[in-house]
Formats: sequence, structure tokens, C-alpha cells
Amino acid sequence: MTAQATPTAAPGKSPVQARRPRPAGKRESHRMVQLFLAAMALLWIFPVLYAVINSFRDYAYTAEHGYFSWGGFTLQNYKDSWEQANFSQTMVNSAIITIPAVLLTLFLSCCIAFVVARFSFRFNLALLALFTAANLLPPQSLLIPVYRMFRAIEVPFWFSESGTLLNSYWGLIAVNVAFQTGFCAFVLSNYMKALPRELYESAVVDGAGVLRQFFQITLPLCRPPLAALATLQVTWIYNEFYWATVLLQSGDKFPVTSSLNNLRGEFFTDNNLVAAGSVVVALPTLIIFFVLQKQFVAGLTLGATKG
Amino acid sequence: MAKYKGINQLSGVDRVVVGLMVAVPTLLVVWLVWVPAAGSVLLSFTNWDGIGPLSSIEFIGMKNYADVVSIYPPFWPAVQHNLIWLAVLFLVATPFGMFLAVLLDRELRGSRVYQTAIYLPVVLSLALVGFIWQLIYSRDQGLINQVTGSTIDWYGDPQYNLWAALVASSWRHVGYVMLLYLAGLKGVDPSLREAAKVDGADERTTFFKVVFPVMAPINIIVVVVTVIESLRAFDLVWVINKGRNGLELISTLVTQNIIGEASRIGFGSAMATMMLLISSVFVAFYVRIVMREER
Repeated sequence: MTAQATPTAAPGKSPVQARRPRPAGKRESHRMVQLFLAAMALLWIFPVLYAVINSFRDYAYTAEHGYFSWGGFTLQNYKDSWEQANFSQTMVNSAIITIPAVLLTLFLSCCIAFVVARFSFRFNLALLALFTAANLLPPQSLLIPVYRMFRAIEVPFWFSESGTLLNSYWGLIAVNVAFQTGFCAFVLSNYMKALPRELYESAVVDGAGVLRQFFQITLPLCRPPLAALATLQVTWIYNEFYWATVLLQSGDKFPVTSSLNNLRGEFFTDNNLVAAGSVVVALPTLIIFFVLQKQFVAGLTLGATKG
Repeated sequence: MAKYKGINQLSGVDRVVVGLMVAVPTLLVVWLVWVPAAGSVLLSFTNWDGIGPLSSIEFIGMKNYADVVSIYPPFWPAVQHNLIWLAVLFLVATPFGMFLAVLLDRELRGSRVYQTAIYLPVVLSLALVGFIWQLIYSRDQGLINQVTGSTIDWYGDPQYNLWAALVASSWRHVGYVMLLYLAGLKGVDPSLREAAKVDGADERTTFFKVVFPVMAPINIIVVVVTVIESLRAFDLVWVINKGRNGLELISTLVTQNIIGEASRIGFGSAMATMMLLISSVFVAFYVRIVMREER
């Protein structure tokens, strides 16, 4: 009601205002902030919404009526993009890469974190530093040696059809694991350090070895951070683009993201088709986003803040 | 009394187990991260063409570096683009994400919804971000040109494409920074703010004099993340045009020199080493902060 009046009106009616101005001004500023945030939220979500809407529209229709029209709705883009980008194959490829990579990353980081947290290694900090730093190096700066090593390492054909680690899923999985382990190990070791020592002491009295302590005490207690990290890692490794592009060279092995390029023609690109493809590729991560939002945010912020 | 067992008191089997638990992940990381890092540095001082046997390698000192900076035309533009990238993320996207976090932290009505919308891009890969923004930037069908009637090819024209890519990249970065800061703000002891309020400080003073300094670790982590992200920016420009024609970045030059037609190993390694050098300074910062927190 008192749209812009609040700040300037204050001196005018000072007797009553003496107590009142702050809450009134506050409510006003609250509304401004809310308005601003709502505008930003709309602006931020717009590109995604725009892609979703146009993915359902016929190219011929939008070409004729422009994108400011309404109509021409169809599912054809999804059908076409599914075939052209070979999604039924590449989705499987993504799963073949993502699932083992996430499981291995989590398992190996649990191992490291457990040892660092449970036993006072003299150099456990150094060990953790070694891992954390690895997570942050630009992958491009490691490309040449990794690429050459993978090309030179020969593996049996049952392991990789290409005969070398290059162009093989296991090579790519290994690289992903090596890069992600640092972050997870760091988060997990923080969590494990906070577990009460007494738990282990009684286990030691019972004669439980390291393996039993690890599997029966530590891992079950680490479910919350593991859930958060798993969510985050699935998203990251599914989204991983660089190593997949350079280490897998044949199109039939590409994960979904790398196959999106098939939707772009040399001279002409049907944007509605690209939109449909993008929505398909985004779908798994969007599902994670809406269903496991809490886990995702927890995973992202666990590393940055403590607790 | 069963005392807490140190590493020295373990039985033989347990020692082996612990050893394996450390050795397997460590070997993997050393093999795929640290050995390659060292390899890049070593190769950058050689003239290896990538074809001959490793025994034919000759050390040629700094020649690759001299060549990169003097006779490789895309190098300086790439450096410039990386710096612009850094400047935009650091001076625009990061502060804006922070600003949004501060506003959202007041927990007004609807905050949760707004927050969700703003960090939605974070779950998308940067490659996918490139495709999604293509719908807005494309010359013939893109939204911008439909609205304004211009005929600019936003992804193709070297005058604009870096900025177009930066808008798309910032779109995602803002959400990421917002999320990190929001977590940081939640972790600030509320009694600090109470105390500031009692002392009569207004919100702005409270934030800059009390809250911001307390969040120093988060600030440093965000700075490091921003620097590293702008240094290893790659996916977005690679899906746009493989980093050519106005979108050269050091990361794309390295990749083109290895994967592309001409494989110039020593040359690419020299640029890779420069990236390593810059990033390791910030990685060192990061590790120090993180490890100090650790104690």
C-alpha cells in the first residue's frame, strides 16, 4: 500500500513513527527482496523451460510462425532425436561407465578415509593432500601422458575390444575414479573422525579385525555421507565430458553427452531436435535434482563446510 | 583394558589389510594423476614428436616454451580469453551468487523455491549448457535474434561468442557459488549476528564486518574453485566450435595439439605445464586451508 512512501514519509509523522518505521520499512524491503528473487528465479529457469517447451514443437511450425507462436505440438522430436543420437545405445554406455565408476570411487575413498581416520598415520595429512590436490588439477594438463600410456598399454580382447586401454570403458572408469576419489575421501574421513572411538574399542575387545571393523562398524554408520556423495558422483560422472571425448574415440562407445553432437548437422541444425535431445540427456540429472535434492546439496556443501 | 589400537599394534593380517586399503587407491591416483603430471612437465622440455621411440627423445631446454609464446598465433588470444573468463566469473558471477545467497539466507517466504530454480543449472553438464543456450543464441532460430531482429551469430562471430559463452557459463556458476555460500551462511553462529544487532549495526555492516570475515575459509574455497574452473573451462567451448575462431582457450589448444591432425607433443606439453603451474599455486592454497580446518 505504501509503495515508495515509507523511507521518505518517516520524518513527516515522527511521533507515531518513532516505534513503527523499522517494521514497516522492513516489510517493504522484504517485498522488494522477494520480488527480486522471484524475478531472478524466473530468469534462471527460463533457458531450461524454453528448451522443454520447444522440444515438443514441430520444426516446420516454428519456422513458419516463429518461436512466439503457440502450437505445433508434437512428440516427433523425441522420436527423431532418440534415433539420431542413438540414445538407446548411449544411455546404456553412460550406465556402463557411471555405475562402476561411482561404486569404485566410493569404495576406494572409504578405504583411504577409514585408514586416515582410524589410525594415526604420521603422514595421513600428506596422504589426504595428495588425493585432494589430484581432484583439482586441470585434466587437460594430464592428457598427453594419460593418452599415450593408455595407447601403449595392451590388454586382452575380452577386457577391451580395442586391445588397449584407449577406447575402452575400463580406462575411462579408472580415470574418473582417480579424479573423484580425493574429494570423497576427504569428506568421508571428516565424517569418520567424528565417530566415537568407543565403538571400535569394544570391537577390538571382541577380537574383530580391521576388515570386520570396516565393514560392520564404519560403513553402516557412514550411510548419510555415502548417500550424499553417491548422488553427487552419479551426477558428475554422468556429466563428465572431457575424458569421455578424448579417451573413447568410436561413436558407439560414447556416453550420452558426447553423442548430442550427432543432432547437429554440418550446415543446418534443427534446434527443436537439439532441444529434445538436451532434455533427454538432462532427464537423469533432473530426476536426481528433484528427487534427491537434499542429498545433492549435502554432497556439494559437505566438502566446503564442515559438518 | 582394550586400548585404542595404533598402527603398530596391529596383527600381521590386519597390517596387510591396512596396507592394501592405502596402497590400491594411492597407486591409482599416483598412476593416473601424479605420474602424468610429472610426465607433462618432462615432455615439455623435449622434442618428442609422438611417433619415434621414447629413446629418441632429446632434451631441448626451454625451446617449446619459447616457441609457444613467440610463434604460435593462438596462444596469446587464448591467454587473454582465459583471463577474461576468470575476470567475469570472479568479478560478476561469484559476487552475484554471493548476493543471492545473502538474500536467500533471510528465509523469506518462497525462498526455497527461488533457491531451487537458481541452482538447477548446477546439475547440468557444461556441455549440455552449451546446447541449451544454443536455442537462445542461434542465428536463424535463436531467441535473441527473434526478439531483436538482429542477425548476429552469437556462437560463431568472434566478436561476441566469448561473451555468449560467458553468459552461459555464469548462469551455472552463479548457482554453484550461491549454494556454497548459503551453506556457509547457515554455519555462521547466530549469536554473532545478535551481538552485532545489539551493538546497533545495520544489516550491511553486520555482513561485511562480522559475517564475511567469519566465512574466510568458504571465501577462499570459492576463490579457488572460481580460478580452477576458469582455467579448466573446456566443455562449453568445445561443444560450441572446438575452441576456434574467438573461443581459443589454453585447455582447447592443448587438446587440439594432441588429438588433432598434428600431434605436437612437446608443444602441447609446454602449455599443459603452464596450466599445471598456475593451478598448483591455487591447489596449494586450497589444500592448506582445507588441512588447517582439518586439525
